[in-house]
This record gives sequence, structure tokens and C-alpha cells, in this order.
Amino acid sequence: MKSWHEFITMGGYAAYVWPSYGIVLVVMLANAILPGRRQRRLLREIRRKQREEQTE
Amino acid sequence: MFVWFHKLASPPFFYRFAQKLAPWLGWLSLLVILAGLYGGLWLAPPDYQQGDGFRIIYVHVPSAMLSMFAYMVMATAAAIGLIWRMKLAHAVSAAVAPLGASFTFLALITGSLWGKPMWGTYWVWDARLTSELILLFLYLGYIALNHAFEDRRTGDRASAILALVGVVNIPIIHYSVQWWNTLHQGQTIFFGPKSEMPPSMYIPLFIMILGFMLFFAAFSLKRLQVEVLQRENKSAWVRELVETT
Repeated sequence: MKSWHEFITMGGYAAYVWPSYGIVLVVMLANAILPGRRQRRLLREIRRKQREEQTE
Repeated sequence: MFVWFHKLASPPFFYRFAQKLAPWLGWLSLLVILAGLYGGLWLAPPDYQQGDGFRIIYVHVPSAMLSMFAYMVMATAAAIGLIWRMKLAHAVSAAVAPLGASFTFLALITGSLWGKPMWGTYWVWDARLTSELILLFLYLGYIALNHAFEDRRTGDRASAILALVGVVNIPIIHYSVQWWNTLHQGQTIFFGPKSEMPPSMYIPLFIMILGFMLFFAAFSLKRLQVEVLQRENKSAWVRELVETT
């Protein structure tokens, strides 16, 4: 790249290059965040069920 | 070494192992991908035919490679699960499937966005594109079938059979550009005397492929960890884990 302008306009291909990178970013971020969230939710659920069993 | 591998197949040991290793792999993949992006989006020169439009290659090719690699992991684990009735193997298939589907989707979308300016169309029903679309349906079919039964084991076995049948699609995707006349370009020769790309173009591509592979390793490990936790939620080690944390 010779300039920031060229980088941003991608030599005229900005409408194709940036959406490609954008959607890759979104899908990869989702894949990075969701499993950890599901793990925490699952642990919380298991803990709650155990407490219920103990109080019965 | 062998003893260590044997221990890894034990769910509580694997769970703790993945808890430690996955974040390291995840951050490492981020670093490698950032390096690849700098090389691919800034340092690499524009293509003599496609200008800066060719830069889609740095996300398209790694996604497409992972879409097929993940399928082979999924199908191999499915075979192991069917033949040796190993429970962890089915968990591996189930953990890898959503990642494989994600990268297949990305390969299709980025390819489509690349096709528009270069071929003049977002989509053609040629062999490479069609077989990659079938790959996406195979992943989605696997996921749906895996969850379709009350009994976990029935779902595991039914979906494993689908995964194995679908393996025929992998060589079709790979060789489609040679077997049929397609709009999709053939395999690019990256280096050697016949290289079609200068090092400043292909080195960032290799870095991106490595980064995507590390990402896949990190988050299939993480997904497998969650899968194991869910499948074993009534076992003694999970009870202990929940009480101590």
C-alpha cells in the first residue's frame, strides 16, 4: 500500500474487500465468545440443580 | 507419552487440560492473524490483474481449507466413535461441526464477494461452488440430526453415519477445478520455479492459514470442553468441579 487513501478505497474494490473481512470478523468473534458463555451458563445450571437436590 | 495420551481421553483430565490450553492457543491465533493481516492488507503489492481485489484471498483460502479440514476431523472422529464406541469421539465430531459450518459459510460468502468484481456474478452453479454449498448442508444436516433424538447415543450414531457418507464430497470439492470446466480458478502454484505469486504475496497467505488453524484448534478444544461438560453433567467429577469452583 502506498497511502491510507489507497488502503481505505482498496484501489476501487472497497465494496467487496471490506465486507469480506467484516463478515469474517463477525463470524470468528461469535465463535470465540459463544462457547465460553455457554460453559458458564452450563456450570451455573448444574450448580443450581445440585443445590435443589441438597435441600430436598 | 503414551500414558499421557491415555489420560487425555479421561473426561476430567481433558477438561482441566483444555481449560489451560485453549486461551493460550486463542491469543496466539489472534497474534498470528494480526501479523497476516498486516502482511496481506498492507505490505503485499496489488495483483497485476485484480488490483487490490485479490486481497480477499487472505480470508477466502484459509476459510475454504478449514472447511474441508474440519470435515475430515469430524468424519474421522465419527468413524472412531462408530467402530470403537468411544464416547469422546462423538463429542469431538459434535464440537467441530459448528466451526466447520462457520468456515464453509465464510468460504462461500467471501468467494461470492470476490466473484462479483472478477467474474461479474455473485454466484454460478459450477462444480466448485456447488460442492462447497453441499458441504455446508452436510454440516447443517449433521448438527440437526445430532440433536434430533431424545437419546444422545442414537443421535450420535445417526449423525456419524451421515458424516461418513458425506466424505465423498471432499475429493469432489478438491478436484472439481480439474475434473470440470469451472469458472473458479485452478490451484495456484505458490512457490518454486513456476510460482505465480511473489513471496510478499504468499508469505502473508501462509501466515493467515497458520492463524486460522490455531483459531480452529483453540475453539474446537473449547467447544469440546463444553460438550464434555454437558454430556457428563451427572457424573461425580462434574459435581466435584462445581462444588470447588
